[in-house]
Amino acid sequence: MADQPKEVKLYGHGFSGYCTMVNSALKLKGVAFEYVEEDLQNKSEALLRLNPVYKKVPVLVVDGEPIAESLVILQYIDDVWKNPPLLPEDPYQRAKVRFWADYVYQKLVPPVYRIRTSEGDARKKAEEEFRANLITLEDGVREELWSAGGSFINGEKPGLLDVIMGSCHTGLKYLEDVAGVKLVEKDRTPLLCSCMEAFVELDVVKGP
Amino acid sequence: MDQPPSSVKLLGSWADSHTHRVQLALKLKGLEFEYQEEDFINPSPALLLHNPVYKKVPALLHGGRSIVESVVILQYIDETWTDNPIMPADPFERAVTRFWCHFTDDKLAPAVGLVFSSSGEGQKAAVDQVHENLKLLERELKDGAFKGRRFFGGDKIGLLDIVLGCGSYWLAVFEEVMEVKLIDPESFPVFHAWLRDFEEQQEVKETIPAIDRLLEYARGIRQMMLSLSNSSSSSSINNAAASSG
Repeated sequence: MADQPKEVKLYGHGFSGYCTMVNSALKLKGVAFEYVEEDLQNKSEALLRLNPVYKKVPVLVVDGEPIAESLVILQYIDDVWKNPPLLPEDPYQRAKVRFWADYVYQKLVPPVYRIRTSEGDARKKAEEEFRANLITLEDGVREELWSAGGSFINGEKPGLLDVIMGSCHTGLKYLEDVAGVKLVEKDRTPLLCSCMEAFVELDVVKGP
Repeated sequence: MDQPPSSVKLLGSWADSHTHRVQLALKLKGLEFEYQEEDFINPSPALLLHNPVYKKVPALLHGGRSIVESVVILQYIDETWTDNPIMPADPFERAVTRFWCHFTDDKLAPAVGLVFSSSGEGQKAAVDQVHENLKLLERELKDGAFKGRRFFGGDKIGLLDIVLGCGSYWLAVFEEVMEVKLIDPESFPVFHAWLRDFEEQQEVKETIPAIDRLLEYARGIRQMMLSLSNSSSSSSINNAAASSG
C-alpha cells in the first residue's frame, strides 16, 4: 500500500526532551512536517484544544487529528512510516524495548523532576536514585537488547530507546551544569553514553 | 506468524487488576496457561528472578522467557498469537488506544487508589479527581474517539477495554467500602453502560473475582490501613492497596 502524503504538524518547545524525541523521530523517518513552537507560559488555544487531557507538548497533529504523549506519538510514527524501523520485528524484542522505554518514564523522569525542584537532602536522594536507576537501565539494555556492533542500543542505527535517551542528553548535561553534579558517568554507563553522544551527532538531529 | 501455545505461565495475584488484564487477554485468545498465585508482600524466588526491576505481578513466562508490565504483556500476547486481535489495525486507532491506556494507569488508577488510602479532605479531593477523570472518558465515549461504539475496541472487547475494565470494578467496591459516590449512572451514563456490558461478557465473568470476595478483601485492607495509620506506619499496606488498585 502506497503511503499517502499526510499533513503533519508538531506543537513543541525547544527545551523539551519529549519534543526532541518526536522531532528527531520524524526527521529520522524523512517525514515532512510543520513545527509550531509553543510558549509554555502562555499556551495557545490550539494546543489546549488539541490536548485537553494533559494540556502539554508535544502534540502531533496528522491530517487534523491530534496525538499526545511522547511514547504514544513515537509508536504511532513507527507504525505509519516504516523506514527506518524504531522497534524490532520480533515480539519478545519489542516487549523488551517497550519495557525499557516505559522504565525511562517511570524511573528516570521522576528523580530528574525532583532534582530540579528540591533542595538539600531531598535533592541528594533524587540524584542518587537517578544514578542508580540509570545503571539499572544500562545493565538491562546491555543484557537484553544490545548486540555489540554500532554506537546505538539498536546497533548501527538508532532505535526507539536511542531516540528517547539521545533526546534527553542535552537536558541532562544542562541539569548537571545547573545542579553542579555528575548524573551520567561514562565508566558506569558506557552504552548509554555512547548512544546519547552518537545520537546528538546525527545529521538529522544536528540539522535545522 | 502464530506460535503454538507452548508453556505459557502467569505469575499473578488473585486480587490484582493487572493480573486480571493478562488472564483476560489469554482467555480471549483461547490460550491455555499455567497460573501461579503470588503473595505480593512476599514475592517468590521465581517472581524476583523474572521481574527483578519491579518485583511485582504480573509476569508472563513464555518458552522460558519473561515479560512484565501489563500493557507490555498485552501487546506481546497480541503480537505473538495473532488470531482475535485486541489492538486495532489502524495506526491512529492504535495511538488513541495507547493514549487512554496511559491515561488509565497514569491518572485514573492512582486517583482511585487515593480514594481508598485517604480520608477526610484528602479523600474528598481524590473523589473529585476520579470524577474529573471519568468525565474525560465519558466525553470520549459520548462524543469523541469512541462515539457510537459498544466497546472501546468496537463490537468486541479490545486492549483498552481490558486495561480499563480490569480495575474499574474497584469503583463499585470502594463506593461500598468507603461510602463515597464514584460512578453513578446519572453522571456517567455511557461509561456506566459500557462497564456493565463489559462485566457481562463470559470471559470477563470467568476472570474477575466475585464482588463479595473483593469487598471482603478491600474491607480487610482498609481496616489494617486505618489501624496502622493510627500507629503511624503504613507504607507496606499502602503498597498493598496501590498494587491492587
